[in-house]
Amino acid sequence: MTAARHYSEALGALKEMVLRMGGLAEQMVHNSVTALAERNLEMLAGVRPMENQVNKLHVEIDEVCLEMIALRQPAGGDLRFIAAAMKINTDLERIADQAVNIARRAEMLLAVPSLKPLIDIPHMARIADEMLKSALDAFVDGDDELAMTTIARDDEVDHLKDQVFRELLTYMMSDPTTIPRAMELILVSRALERIADHATNVCEDVIFMVKGKDVRHQGPLA
Amino acid sequence: MENMNNDVLKISGLSAWFGSNQVLRNIAMNIGRNTVTSIMGPSGCGKSTFIRCINRMHDLTPGFRLSGSLVYEGTDIYGERVDPVALRRKIGMVFQQPNPFPRMSIFENVAVGLKLNGMKMPKSELAGRVEKSLRMAALWNEAKDHLSRPGTSLSGGQQQRLCIARALAVEPGILLMDEPCSALDPVSTGKIEELIEDLGEKYTIVVVTHNMQQAARISDFVAFFLMGDLIELDRSAKIFTNPSDKRTEEYITGRFG
Repeated sequence: MTAARHYSEALGALKEMVLRMGGLAEQMVHNSVTALAERNLEMLAGVRPMENQVNKLHVEIDEVCLEMIALRQPAGGDLRFIAAAMKINTDLERIADQAVNIARRAEMLLAVPSLKPLIDIPHMARIADEMLKSALDAFVDGDDELAMTTIARDDEVDHLKDQVFRELLTYMMSDPTTIPRAMELILVSRALERIADHATNVCEDVIFMVKGKDVRHQGPLA
Repeated sequence: MENMNNDVLKISGLSAWFGSNQVLRNIAMNIGRNTVTSIMGPSGCGKSTFIRCINRMHDLTPGFRLSGSLVYEGTDIYGERVDPVALRRKIGMVFQQPNPFPRMSIFENVAVGLKLNGMKMPKSELAGRVEKSLRMAALWNEAKDHLSRPGTSLSGGQQQRLCIARALAVEPGILLMDEPCSALDPVSTGKIEELIEDLGEKYTIVVVTHNMQQAARISDFVAFFLMGDLIELDRSAKIFTNPSDKRTEEYITGRFG
């Protein structure tokens, strides 16, 4: 049973790596958006070092997965777990990229006077963050129901993104000097919408991992 | 499985005993034409007993008893009028250890199957059948210049392909293989596996294997046996990515026992 025990430990270690990466991505999003909403430049300081860690984990997780496929020939639930880990890995890396994207825009926006108090963007960030948290919880616990309810929240984020766009459009129309700032905010909301999409992908991978059922590209869930 | 009319072999309620020891319990499964089906399971699960039932290899085993029905192309395999020797021409078997006849040449090893089955034919036709069988067994190119050499002069992997050629020569309807690669090195195993995949397009093949990766590589369907029960039979891709039964999952992920 030694080989099987090592195998189980290796699977456990892989799960831990994915979670560590997820935690970092979550923190990056949180810091970037909070910095922007609270006009706190200091909060951006940690984002870049965290990105380096995420990038390192991105490579390491793929290495570990490939090694397990090559050496252990996983099947069944283990195979689905490893396949999910590889895909979730990609989504988490993209989430981290979007967080960096937000951080850059926050840097620019903090250098100029505030356009307006931010309400919808922090709201979007909260939902995206909750979605990411739930997606990772669903991954850890193999909870396909949580994954399913999390996917449904993506619509809220999409809706808010449209709302942000409409509101900022009125600012830009009435005063063209607001355009650069409004554009940055629109791109921030776009980044948050992408983050929610990636969290949705993670949930879809979790459902596949648990149920062996592919729910992608099937339109709105019943 | 999709097309019931295309099933070559229909098995239902198959139970088997050695003395008082029951080794198969109420097995029901069909084998489709031109498919490769792997029988997989841990030692002692009854998989070898199972495929030996298909061509009546247990007939002379003292204390062996069987119930249920095995129907090959509409004929009850255990019917009173069925001659086991004639049956084995239709349902051939390749064993774990390559077993070419030691005193026969490569050519004779293949031709002997035809002769033993009383299939008389002109020499030229016989030579044609031998060549065809050796080609199908992917041995022709290696053996064509040495057909008069003893079969035992070949390597282990070549000997196993020779035995496959011998089995194919009589044009069986089903080819049974009992761990055909377990005595072979990885290169020879690779060749036999490739051969099984090729043959699966024209033949119905049932393979017993201990090797899960082999089952995954070569077969269309996999049947998982455990302690005499058929736990699950499904397409290989389904079995190895998302099996229906927890016991199958435990076995394929190595968490068994």
